[in-house]
Amino acid sequence: MTRVEHAPRGVAVAGRFPGWLYVPAGLGAAVLLLPLLALLLRLDWAGVPAAITSPEAVQALGLSLATASWATLACVVLGVPLALVIARSSRGTAAALRTLVTLPLVLPPLVGGIALLSLLGRTGLLGEALAVWGIRIPFTTAAVVIAQVFVALPFLVISVEGALRTAGTRFEGVAAGLGAGRFTVFRRITLPLVAPGLLAGAVLCFARALGEFGATALFAGNAAGTTRTMPLAIYTAFNGAGVSEDTAIALSLMLIAVAIAVLVLMRGWRADAPR
Amino acid sequence: MSAAPEGRRDAAAGPAADAALVAELEVERGGFRLEASLAVGADQVLAVLGPNGSGKSTLLGAIAGHVPVARGEIRVGGRLLGGSTTRDVPLPARRIGLLGQQPLLFPHLSALENVAFGPRAQGLGRREARTESAGWLERVGLAGFERRRPAELSGGQQQRVALARTLAARPAALLLDEPFAALDVEAAAGMRRLVREHRAALGIPMLLVTHDPLDALVLAGRAAILQAGRLVDEGPIARVLGHPRTPFIAALAGVDLVEGVALDPATVRAAGGLVLRSAERADLVTGAPASAVFAPAAVHVRAAGADASPGAAAAVGEAGANRWSGTVASLEPTAGGVRILTAEQPKVAVDVPTAAAVALDLEPGAVLAFRVDPADVSVRPLV
Repeated sequence: MTRVEHAPRGVAVAGRFPGWLYVPAGLGAAVLLLPLLALLLRLDWAGVPAAITSPEAVQALGLSLATASWATLACVVLGVPLALVIARSSRGTAAALRTLVTLPLVLPPLVGGIALLSLLGRTGLLGEALAVWGIRIPFTTAAVVIAQVFVALPFLVISVEGALRTAGTRFEGVAAGLGAGRFTVFRRITLPLVAPGLLAGAVLCFARALGEFGATALFAGNAAGTTRTMPLAIYTAFNGAGVSEDTAIALSLMLIAVAIAVLVLMRGWRADAPR
Repeated sequence: MSAAPEGRRDAAAGPAADAALVAELEVERGGFRLEASLAVGADQVLAVLGPNGSGKSTLLGAIAGHVPVARGEIRVGGRLLGGSTTRDVPLPARRIGLLGQQPLLFPHLSALENVAFGPRAQGLGRREARTESAGWLERVGLAGFERRRPAELSGGQQQRVALARTLAARPAALLLDEPFAALDVEAAAGMRRLVREHRAALGIPMLLVTHDPLDALVLAGRAAILQAGRLVDEGPIARVLGHPRTPFIAALAGVDLVEGVALDPATVRAAGGLVLRSAERADLVTGAPASAVFAPAAVHVRAAGADASPGAAAAVGEAGANRWSGTVASLEPTAGGVRILTAEQPKVAVDVPTAAAVALDLEPGAVLAFRVDPADVSVRPLV
């Protein structure tokens, strides 16, 4: 995850480094890649087509893609303004807000699920009030999206906030001086300037939402068709009675393929993508 | 001195009355305090000169609306833009063009889109804005560059696009903050020519911040000198630079300034005993503080005779006026010669051509005899 976030560009330019550093570097790569390789080796290729075209798998993938898309959209709509507020506040406020926003990144997603239940559950802080209006969120598709937003939003905010800091406010000052009001400056200057950061953040958001399991399992449950996303389908297949492990492995392969496709697509779009 | 016609026009116009840009302001920023009062006519260019940190950019920032004003007021074309008595007019409504050292073109927009940004933001339709902007690009000599991105333009071309963008927004006043400083010599000359060409046609007041007296001479009619947050001099260029009021301006203008007391209406006696007489008709008050100015290249140099001793001429009077001997403190190369800086009071700079420098025994510590023609000296009362 960190590998994709901000690849250090200095390495190639900085030039020589001690040769023995190749050893931990190789080990690091092995830690990331060997498990995936093992997964591929254990795969029963003959069973793959059946496993990934089963109605359950297709349904889970569809739900995953749909919820992750909605979650990404929500992250963009909420995250860009949040990033703007952080980037433009005083140092102290910005540091406090940044810590707050980063919290979901370091919390176990399970804790996020419990926290969401405490807020929106039947006896939760808001849940009780919502229940009066007949609105029930937990264990619905909406709950899946909310759980995904909770875990994915930090990626977008951090990425966009970094881009905003790099862009600075000089261009905005020039635009205002030329007669542009605040909204015009935001739409025609600020947003285009942070577009690459926004795109990278949105892609990470989507990938994170796609893989979300812990908070979803607790807050949204595991009902086929409404809340059983790919990760939950894999978990079900792996632990489920009478279902073979091979199905879980095949579904994992599918999720990996989708994630790789998303990351590769992002590289294609971004001219300045780190090599 | 050629200052006369310029000076008369200046006196007739007077400050403030019908000037298009009037700023009387105080700015407090950290420990820095800027206090300035200036007025610029509708088709005038006022050059603001001063050392680094003297508050030049702060002054422009305050007028443009980027820097808050503590006290005072700013009026452009009769419209009150800001000050202590009223709410400041917000940045987009000020219509003040500000062009700095960096072009700051929007990197994601083409040259044409950059220029069209102001007109579009001010509500002009897409097609009109594009037509108008293409015209501006043509006027800055960049027809055919419409679709280029800023990254595909040279520094000089970027600055020209930035000028077009600033002017396309139809500013009521134009503030230029060292717009040539980051350009190479050729590009700077091109930009200077452009500003000069558009100066009259625009008919708006212009403020030009620079540390290069050449910019002031080529582009501006008047100059203001800012030092440590205060205006120390303001007037027609020829007078301000031709007869500097402070050693800083003298150094900037590249002339020698000697301060002393008037001996008679055209003669100044410096503290060290040096007497400088001017051939011009001056009206110094005897006994009052006065200053004399001459160009380093106007000084004649020869090796000192055996009788010469360092210091001012022994005999003060007709024979000793405009003559002195001095010790070489240091030497600097100049275009086509050598600049001698002398050690004794008054410290002066003297330029000699290379050929003459070779003939003299030039080295630090050498004693030389100097002479300057009364025709090359101008004198003025110290204020």
